[in-house]
Amino acid sequence: MKELIKKLVECIGPSGFEHIVRDVIKDEIAPFVDEMHVDALGNLIARKGTRKESGLRVMLSAHMDEIGIIATHIDENGFVRFTTVGGVFPRNCPGGRVRFMNGAQGVIGTERAESADKAYTIEQLFIDVGASSRTDCPVKVGDVAAFDRPMLDLGNRLVAKAMDDRISVAAQIETLRRLKDTPHEVYFVFSVQEEVGLRGATTAAYGVDPDVGIAVDITMTGDTPRGTKMEVALGKGPAIKVRDGRMLSDPRLVKLMVEAAEKAGIPYQMEVLEGGTTDASVIQLTRAGVPSGCVSIPCRYVHSPSEMVDIRDVEHAVRLLLEILSNPILL
Amino acid sequence: MNPNSQPSARPPAVGARQIALLEKLSNACAVSGDESEVRRIVLDELKPVADEIKHDALGNLLVIRKAHVEQPLKVMIVAHMDEVGFMIVDKEEGGLFRFELVGGVSKSHLAGKAVWVGEKHHNGVIGAKAIHLVSPEEQKNPISIENLRIDMGPGGADNARVGDRAAFATSFRRAGPSLIGKALDNRLGVATLIELVKHAPGHIELQAAFTVQEEIGARGAIVAAYALQPDLAIALDSTPAYDLPDWDGQENTRYNTRLGFGPAIYVADAGTISDPRLVSFLTAVAEKYRIPYQIRQPGGGGTDAGVVHRSRGGVPSVSVSIPGRYAHTPAGLCRISDWRHTLALLYHALQDITPSILESERRMP
Amino acid sequence: MMEITPFLKKLLSLPGLSAYETPVREAIAETWRPLVDELEVSRVGSLHGLRRGVAPEPRPRLLLAAHMDAVGLMVSGMIDGFLRITEVGGVDDRILPGQLVTVHGRRDLPGVIVQPPDFLLPPDQRGKPVRREFLLVDVGLTPDEVGKLVRTGDLVSFAQQPFELPGDALVGHSLDNRASVGALTVCLDELQHMSCDWDVWAVATAQEEETFLGAYTSPFDLRPDMALVVDVTHAKGPGSNDYRTFGLGKGVVLGWGANIHPGLYKAVKELAERLEVPFQIEAMSRHSGTDAYAIQVTAEGIPCMVLSIPLRYMHTPVELVSLKDIYRTGHLLAEFIARLKPDFMQKITWEEPS
Repeated sequence: MKELIKKLVECIGPSGFEHIVRDVIKDEIAPFVDEMHVDALGNLIARKGTRKESGLRVMLSAHMDEIGIIATHIDENGFVRFTTVGGVFPRNCPGGRVRFMNGAQGVIGTERAESADKAYTIEQLFIDVGASSRTDCPVKVGDVAAFDRPMLDLGNRLVAKAMDDRISVAAQIETLRRLKDTPHEVYFVFSVQEEVGLRGATTAAYGVDPDVGIAVDITMTGDTPRGTKMEVALGKGPAIKVRDGRMLSDPRLVKLMVEAAEKAGIPYQMEVLEGGTTDASVIQLTRAGVPSGCVSIPCRYVHSPSEMVDIRDVEHAVRLLLEILSNPILL
Repeated sequence: MNPNSQPSARPPAVGARQIALLEKLSNACAVSGDESEVRRIVLDELKPVADEIKHDALGNLLVIRKAHVEQPLKVMIVAHMDEVGFMIVDKEEGGLFRFELVGGVSKSHLAGKAVWVGEKHHNGVIGAKAIHLVSPEEQKNPISIENLRIDMGPGGADNARVGDRAAFATSFRRAGPSLIGKALDNRLGVATLIELVKHAPGHIELQAAFTVQEEIGARGAIVAAYALQPDLAIALDSTPAYDLPDWDGQENTRYNTRLGFGPAIYVADAGTISDPRLVSFLTAVAEKYRIPYQIRQPGGGGTDAGVVHRSRGGVPSVSVSIPGRYAHTPAGLCRISDWRHTLALLYHALQDITPSILESERRMP
Repeated sequence: MMEITPFLKKLLSLPGLSAYETPVREAIAETWRPLVDELEVSRVGSLHGLRRGVAPEPRPRLLLAAHMDAVGLMVSGMIDGFLRITEVGGVDDRILPGQLVTVHGRRDLPGVIVQPPDFLLPPDQRGKPVRREFLLVDVGLTPDEVGKLVRTGDLVSFAQQPFELPGDALVGHSLDNRASVGALTVCLDELQHMSCDWDVWAVATAQEEETFLGAYTSPFDLRPDMALVVDVTHAKGPGSNDYRTFGLGKGVVLGWGANIHPGLYKAVKELAERLEVPFQIEAMSRHSGTDAYAIQVTAEGIPCMVLSIPLRYMHTPVELVSLKDIYRTGHLLAEFIARLKPDFMQKITWEEPS
């Protein structure tokens, strides 16, 4: 799976511009799906299985997009001013490298600091693409870029940009490939524009009209020095979400996931996340309401260019998803 | 067939009649949630040409121009009717009223202004303490809205009620190539959409949504898009131009848009990442007809497209704005040329658009 | 007239935090069952009760909504047998120290929220209101027992029991918004003796305090022609006396603003005047902060009206209401519903001639 993960995380796909990632996923899953299509916003929606008597229409959603930047102005000396696409922290930017969709690369520089103890704002940053004037700058206003960094393999731990949420994309692809016998009609949604407000999952869920929704996404951890107070740790298994900043998981699904993990002997943790949310929060609000939950993969340094996950958590997340999908879901 | 609906190679003009209509729209008050006055003007203009008109539960006016072909492309153009302003929330002694802001009114623009209150446009003022009575310490701080009242005059206690809306009392005027008025955001869009409806081409179904409550969360557009189920949508709005000089003479890198550079086409704002297929279509139309245009600086702000594109199973969407300086203050300022070019761009876009635009999946060209 | 206090006290003795409404929903269902023709639970846990009208089909449909979920707390972690907590809904950290709570672990455990002494807190928390993340719940058990009985994600509800105060006042932890569920129940009871043309869907919505989940989803399912939303608003009381507050026991508060349909507002207000039901008016300049915010923009849009019951000390375990206001609200709703004619919707369209 490492090879697949590497392929996915090294693609450029900021919110709204996911077609490169989508093409990779299509190739990976084509032999295993019953049908797939791309909707109006660019979500990739793949169906596997037909609904048997004890089955439901189940929607899984992992988002393809990543945080990135978008050019707002090219100044007279060819420096590119930019703003963020999704939750990019200015503190993670200086010295970072970016790659635009058109192939142009650049490095992020900073204005002279107003004072040493004050953090930079995004307006104080710029991208140097090696140009010397507005006319020879290969970037124009509205062009989009992602952070540029190869994946680092530390054994069980992998580090890359866009682990959020390509690691879940990888988990969904793997689940789709391994899923043999399911009573459900399972829709594997690879959603767009999650990082800018869960927009893809909103329309995908309306289109799929599922009975149950499960997001697959990353969650933060509390296992780094003087970090956030949070119970989730890397390497202790997938986290079953009870709540996050924008939703409460359906308690029946939480119970079902816990029981599935225990029955199959899969390590798991309970997740209570104070901020942030996932596709599940909008799936839940769709039409007349969709009982929804989330299987999370613990991830350190979220929304930095070096997000870290544990490959064992990914494997266990796949097993948990397979366990859930292979059995009746009784709510 | 209405003679107006004959397609013509020339876009409709922005002349005396259009400017007079904008004047009427700008001087009307339609604070979010209370859009009747503008709705009435739109209705008067479009009743003769519309094939269908619907008032919905929120007060949106949905105007349809049907196509002369089977299974036409359904194109929604949405322009919000409402403006930012005030709501009276408490009555005090002697014609004084406490108020709250509706939408993002600029808080630094309140003190010392005249306002129109209620549907009869009763006069009132938001006063300010005389400079003689203000301490130097006080002068360093912004004037808090807690300390401001709408004063209807000592005998004006009956001219307003709790719940009434109010807006800045700014009468529309012309200034050479420019126009000055309140609520140009988005009466410019409303005036433009009225012209587009009058000159709709026959090969598409044009769904003109004059929406309510955009300034408090694009609420009208949520239900309008749900009801209309368009194939694609264009939000037509007015966006700020911050094209003023930088204090120390450095290059202004954050102008958002610039007056005189033509319609502002959106790639991304806080609510929408425009469909790349529509962005490239609009820029191609502009180039074909030699219409100047600008790409709005990506970043904050939003339009009705933010909710329209998330409607049902998704609606490919883009926004086009007429740049305007000083939005959400008592007096906005725009260029007639930008308005004319925006109308021309959208007129030609509607003439030229075909269903093939949606044939390939969403991706960059 | 139905005696509502015992029913309310029962509701106020139950948990039913957002997403976990089952206990309170079951209690409401039991009381509503004889008052409605059909009862069902939505996919996300709202309770739908249908009282059929008598007009010929297709009958217009009214949605009568009040949320039943309560604010509270949730276990976010454990340390040395103490529990760390986060909130469900919005709770002011400053009311937490010393609260008696119930921790809903593998079995219900009594506990108390404690504030560690200053010297055990970070320097910036000393001598100041202590942020929730530094408060702890002590359930009096050993760390081992706590580990077995409690896990991250378990709910913590306020243990405050309801009681009455002189002057028709009732105190309890989730009168927001079970006072309004009480008003809906009074209304359904009065309707037993009335004939109405419209179908009435009485709905106790889920998760208003978190995401308006019930209010977005139930109307999508039921597709009402219009909606009356009942919630609580702020009553005048100690430290709360400005224009945003309303007299306790001084009647129903009628909402006005962008979430409200002006024609529906006018109809309700005129009826209150005619029946001499005391009322007050609340200008809501933007967001009503109620289920109407969600219901209004469901599907093709739904005309909404908000009626509120004044309540003191909102989102504390000692919320306080006047029973009189609950009865008046229920009565006004019933009278309004009974008078609805099948063509009512045509009479509240927008003002322009069409």
